[in-house]
Amino acid sequence: MKHFAELFRQLDTTTKTNKKVAALADYFSQAEDRDRLWTIALLSHRRPRRSVNSKLLRAWAGELAGIDIWLLEESYHVVGDLAETIALVLPPPEERHDEPLHFWIEKIQQFPKLTEEERKAEVVNAWRGLEKTERYLFNKLITGNFRVGVSQKLMTRALARAMEIPEDDLAHRLMGNWTPDETTFDQLVLSDNPQAQLSRPYPFYLAYQLEQELKDLGAPEEWQVEHKWDGIRGQLIVRGGETFVWSRGEELVTDKYPEYQNFHDFLPNGTVIDGEILAFTEGKPLGFNILQTRIGRKKVSKKTLQEAPVVLMAYDLLEYGGEDIRERPMNERRKLLEKVVSAATEMENESRLLISPTVQFTDWDELPAERATARERHSEGLMLKRKNSTYKVGRKKGDWWKWKIDPLTIDAVMMYAQRGHGRRANLYTDFTFGVWDGETLVPFTKAYSGMTDKEFNRITAWVRKNTVDRFGPVRSVKPHHVFEIGFEGIQKSSRHKSGVALRFPRMLRWREDKPKEEANTIEDLRAMLEQYG
Amino acid sequence: MALLTFTDRGIYCERADVYIDPWKPVRRALITHGHADHSRWGNEYYLATNSAGPVMRHRLGPEAKIQTIAYGEKLKINGVDFSYHPAGHIVGSAQIRVEYKGEVWVASGDYKLEDDGLSEPFESVKCHHFITESTFGLPVYRWEPQEVILADINDWWRENQAEGKVSMLTAYALGKAQRLLQGLDHSIGTIYTHGAIENTNEIIRRQGFKLPPTVRVTREIDKKAYPGNIVVTTPGSVGQPWAKKFNPLSLGSASGWMTLRGARRRRGADRGFVLSDHADWPGLLSAIEATGADNIYVTHGYTGIFSNYLREQGYNAVELETDYGEEAEAAAEATAETDSNPEGTES
Ligand SMILES: [Zn+2]
Ligand SMILES: [Zn+2]
Repeated sequence: MKHFAELFRQLDTTTKTNKKVAALADYFSQAEDRDRLWTIALLSHRRPRRSVNSKLLRAWAGELAGIDIWLLEESYHVVGDLAETIALVLPPPEERHDEPLHFWIEKIQQFPKLTEEERKAEVVNAWRGLEKTERYLFNKLITGNFRVGVSQKLMTRALARAMEIPEDDLAHRLMGNWTPDETTFDQLVLSDNPQAQLSRPYPFYLAYQLEQELKDLGAPEEWQVEHKWDGIRGQLIVRGGETFVWSRGEELVTDKYPEYQNFHDFLPNGTVIDGEILAFTEGKPLGFNILQTRIGRKKVSKKTLQEAPVVLMAYDLLEYGGEDIRERPMNERRKLLEKVVSAATEMENESRLLISPTVQFTDWDELPAERATARERHSEGLMLKRKNSTYKVGRKKGDWWKWKIDPLTIDAVMMYAQRGHGRRANLYTDFTFGVWDGETLVPFTKAYSGMTDKEFNRITAWVRKNTVDRFGPVRSVKPHHVFEIGFEGIQKSSRHKSGVALRFPRMLRWREDKPKEEANTIEDLRAMLEQYG
Repeated sequence: MALLTFTDRGIYCERADVYIDPWKPVRRALITHGHADHSRWGNEYYLATNSAGPVMRHRLGPEAKIQTIAYGEKLKINGVDFSYHPAGHIVGSAQIRVEYKGEVWVASGDYKLEDDGLSEPFESVKCHHFITESTFGLPVYRWEPQEVILADINDWWRENQAEGKVSMLTAYALGKAQRLLQGLDHSIGTIYTHGAIENTNEIIRRQGFKLPPTVRVTREIDKKAYPGNIVVTTPGSVGQPWAKKFNPLSLGSASGWMTLRGARRRRGADRGFVLSDHADWPGLLSAIEATGADNIYVTHGYTGIFSNYLREQGYNAVELETDYGEEAEAAAEATAETDSNPEGTES
């Protein structure tokens, strides 16, 4: 694990993309094949599942470190990361284990077959012979949440450089349903495997938020505009008489959506469609809230299927008649997409495949009004796509832009503060906010992002001086500061005292100009629920 | 009436009418060491060790009435015996021992156990009541020996030199900076210093402590001179216009906080070196044990957690609210920022 730990240290101690890519490329050109393969897997969200529950892990670590659980918990709260906490509290290693990365991962993969006692012995043995960074990585692997600040894109770039293969080509090879247990480095990266190819999706093309004036985009007729539907981005693949649906997180979700089971009955083989998995009924999209009831569910009940039926809202066509057409201009792909979708619709009686309608406009000035309808249509805003654009890999600027609606906002009073995690372990960054109900404040949301480190430093100093009470790690503070909270949606919730739950709440601004009395009220919140819930 | 009590001005000995490291102005202040959170403005009389005196004079100005005392020397005030003992934290830092009718208290200020080669090494003092800091009072904090860390720092400097970069290393002007200077391998290149640090260096050198040759950063120096060399500077100078001339740059930070990934990232440093002038977890525990004290008062740091742990170990431990520590970093950085003339005596 020594080399992998060294790689991790290098990646972890630089924020510079070039350095990260160089470190990775260097590692890829030297590591043994099994280690390379596992590194690719780890950096493309194919980490092993959690194999030890964290309660046991804490108990074993406390025992080896000679400290009580409460002290380990307190340390964890300060450090903000269990794997790191354990790596730090354990006594220095007594011996040195020198085995490579894949040795440890393969060992960890055996854990489910072991008894608890055997598992404990393996974990403790590993801890005894690994140094701090190696222990940290080992802990991350057994808790199933290994993460490092390198995107799949950067990893792919580094691997492409080390292996001297074109990057987009490699990106495509690395997608889909493979695991290091069923393939080899050669098969995955260097040669082609037809079985894997069948279900393999294309990398998604992602847009940046619009950063210029509309008119600076050029002539309106060169652009296609459609709504950015509020579901989950997905890719529908029909090949070899089978249907595969991938979500953007590169998860095969075909089984979760029975609505998509039989797409191969009315779409020809060699068809790949980029679209949105969207809750939809009676000709209209439903909110993301509705779709959310289906996320994370293994079994889909009849009731769910009735209340939250999904369609695939098609945006683009990537493969047609078995041919990769991503390099063709978008208006050409769009024509083919229209053809494919309408042919499918004729064969189906209740269509689960729809095409995302384009917005007709001749002048940029017409678009703001269209965007203003987004919230009531359950869309997140508009997508602007250049008609002659190719379908690119990953997030790229220039040809596709998303133009999201502004968030909903409310002014709220800070009531509780809690220390942050990880990067911000020594700062108060997690706050609970309230709105007025007459003379008292009702807490209604938490938020922990949206401010600069400088602001967090200032508010941390203030929190320390204005703590009214402590409940474990949480401090209640004097009601004083008003923050503008932004959020994407609001829904009814019986679990919250305020009766509402917000989607993606975050701090937009610290309203130091506003006295606390001028913050919003519970009635304001209810009015928003009425309008947008 | 306890010999020492804890008031809103600081640690107080009523019988002798003196305060130890008060945070609000008092008449007579016994000072453990020269850091801003322990040695504050506005007291009428100060008493510190001989070797702490010069830096305190520099910080508090020519008007301040500062008396000094040798380590181990006894001073009797109204029947109470006071003496200062090395705390190993920075040059001149002390634990203050207070004795009356056989009852002994020790206020330790800030301390570390490792001999850093510059500060007078920590000396354990037997007592009944021990006032301890807990800056790093969590089991996640364990230091490696300083030679390991200093070797890392020198390696980092060499790597940067090979890449044609300036190494910019941040440290508090008093204490950490000199400890680092003493450990830098000046055969690698030139060591440049920020004005606030160089001012302190001059004082420390005049006291007879040996530091390697350093060059104060001034406007006259061509910025092409810096790549390949190291600049030791204050945390507050990072990102200021003053630092623009160091380019290309690798930023290093040396502090106990660098133990945590989160803290390393927050600092925005390219490299974090775990080097502290405070005791680590095992250090705090062994220091406390060695005093033989049953009564422990825990000040700045993880006071709640640490005193709770001590109680479990059978000590009579109390958590104290003080004004030390939490603002120490801020204060150290503020000193650097308000130092409007970082290039020192030049203009
Ligand atoms: Zn200090
Ligand atoms: Zn202190």
